[in-house]
Amino acid sequence: MSQINMEVSQKDLQLNPNLKSKPDTLTRIFFQKFTKNKLAVIGSIVLFIIIMSAVLAPWIAPYKFEDINLLDKLKPPSKEYWLGTDRYGRDIFTRLLYGGRISLLVGFCSVAGALIIGVSVGAVAGYFGGIVDAILMRLVDIVISIPSIFLLITVVTIFKPSVANLILIFALISWTSTARLVRGEFLSLRTREFVLASKTIGTKSYKIIFSHILPNAMGPIIVSATLLVGSVILSEAALSYLGLGIQPPTPSWGNMLEDAQNYTVMLKAPWYPFFPGLLILLTVLCFNFIGDGLRDALDPKTIE
Amino acid sequence: MSVTTAEGMNEQAYKKESDYILEVKDLKKHFPIKAGFLQKTVGSIKAVDGLSFNVKRGETIGIVGESGCGKSTAGRTLIRLYEPTSGEIIFKGRNIAKMSEGELRRSVRKDIQMIFQDPYASLNPRKTLKAILTEPMITHSLYRPRERMEKLNELLEKVGFNPLFINRYPHEFSGGQRQRIGIARALALNPDLIIADEPVSALDVSIQAQIINLMEDLQEDFRLTYVFISHDLSVVRHISDRVGVMYLGKMMEFASKKDLYEDPLHPYTQALMSAVPVPKKKGVQARERIILKGDLPSPANPPQGCVFHTRCPAATEICSQMVPEYKELKKDHFVACHLY
Ligand SMILES: Nc1ncnc2c1ncn2[C@@H]1O[C@H](COP(=O)(O)OP(=O)(O)O)[C@@H](O)[C@H]1O
Ligand code: SF4
Ligand SMILES: [Mg+2]
Repeated sequence: MSQINMEVSQKDLQLNPNLKSKPDTLTRIFFQKFTKNKLAVIGSIVLFIIIMSAVLAPWIAPYKFEDINLLDKLKPPSKEYWLGTDRYGRDIFTRLLYGGRISLLVGFCSVAGALIIGVSVGAVAGYFGGIVDAILMRLVDIVISIPSIFLLITVVTIFKPSVANLILIFALISWTSTARLVRGEFLSLRTREFVLASKTIGTKSYKIIFSHILPNAMGPIIVSATLLVGSVILSEAALSYLGLGIQPPTPSWGNMLEDAQNYTVMLKAPWYPFFPGLLILLTVLCFNFIGDGLRDALDPKTIE
Repeated sequence: MSVTTAEGMNEQAYKKESDYILEVKDLKKHFPIKAGFLQKTVGSIKAVDGLSFNVKRGETIGIVGESGCGKSTAGRTLIRLYEPTSGEIIFKGRNIAKMSEGELRRSVRKDIQMIFQDPYASLNPRKTLKAILTEPMITHSLYRPRERMEKLNELLEKVGFNPLFINRYPHEFSGGQRQRIGIARALALNPDLIIADEPVSALDVSIQAQIINLMEDLQEDFRLTYVFISHDLSVVRHISDRVGVMYLGKMMEFASKKDLYEDPLHPYTQALMSAVPVPKKKGVQARERIILKGDLPSPANPPQGCVFHTRCPAATEICSQMVPEYKELKKDHFVACHLY
């Protein structure tokens, strides 16, 4: 210290930070960074349109999704039927709107369930560590090692593949990645100095978990949840395509695709499978683009 | 008049009752090394392994030692962020080493606070400065909610931080400014003892001086006692009254600053001091630089006998066999070495 000038004037002590006149709130930083990612912005817009049209389906749809009109079987796109009709003369556009409701509902609700389980398990394992952590993580290993497609098929053949059942099964098989992620975040965050500072203050554990650690782990959680919605939508479509998911006449993008795989349909209405396929692809892509955008925008390292 | 007398008497009585605000006796903190499916303990890292020293009210104790010798662990164990493996931590006459977290929260947490090394990691990036600084007051229900802002402004003025910026997030501020916030947070509970773990090591040299000066001013204003941990001998020399030298989790020497810097007894202290540039003074000879051989041994497997014997230039036969006693050679000068 001898070489350092210890005489510091009072003026130096008064801070003169070169701050911007308006504070940089975290939300503002988030939007600035998110909007820089063009794909993420486009994804958000497209997804917004898809979600809104699914939500507003009863008001937008020109027909009822279960209305059969045998006179208008497999009609090509026209003024009357914008995207044509299926084997029973049902309006494809209408059924796509309603199908979106199912796909999105299953996607969002399954992920919400997976988050509840995954965040709880991961937080407890990561914060308390030790034997609790060891046991919970072995449980995760076991769940991961169960081949999910067989589980899905088995459960769906035993129980009725209703929307609620599907959501439950998807939630029960997809929480593990969230649990691992959250555990990792908690493990590293709990030794961070701001958490230690709260402990020396005397802040209670639950408050430290909810008000200090969890908000800092939110970024990765949101990102993975976004990606997970996309992948659940894809799995649901696959299941419905195999005839094990949502059962007709309730439309889902997956069972519409299955419906389109019929020989006559392929011959007479080759455009039909294109529409549900495109919607599945578009929706999953949107979720992935948004996830990538969120990853950059929520990264705490890039705040500094 | 009568009030002053009574107070004076009280203070005297208090002084007699305990000279020391903090006494650390043979404190140990071993981190278990775990392996395998059942997380069996297969060994331990003896980060702090028998540390003893004491702290008088109002003074500054410096703790120095190479990186990895257990200074941070010692500080964090003292403040009960870590569960001590054994030993006593007598704070204001009470042993807090085995106290439950609830008891600590009720009666101790408020009085011992910590200033952390990394001003970037020690403030929650998702909280405004206001939230960070009111957390201690809210946790301990200090002041009425309306008074808190007033107290907060007072506090900020003391640490030289413009209260105008109170609703901003930490990322907008420099290291030095954040460290002031860290200090203000520690002061918010009006503690008696502050453990400062390398509070300036992460800062620019020019900022270091500001923060050190600030800490000295605050010590007077708030009648604080400091345990100041650092690997920087010259910073410790500037701020401390007494200094302890740690090596592999143990105290090697503990003495007044003057004794320790001008007349070190322990071979390890001598080696450390020889590396410090001495300000040129008439009649004072520059010391010959003692270069230690070898590396710092692992705290998972510390040497037998004197932990320093593998590197000590003065080691003899007995050093590798017997642990030297940590004894008070003269008033307030402790050394752990077979030479004495
Ligand atoms: N939480 C921990 N778990 C296991 N080992 C630790 C932990 N914290 C510190 N150590 C080990 O204890 C020793 C002392 O570390 P530390 O107290 O940080 O030293 P210093 O602050 O003097 O640099 C080091 O060998 C370090 O690896
Ligand atoms: S006890 Fe022996 S090895 Fe240890 S410091 Fe003293 S002389 Fe050196
Ligand atoms: Mg340290």
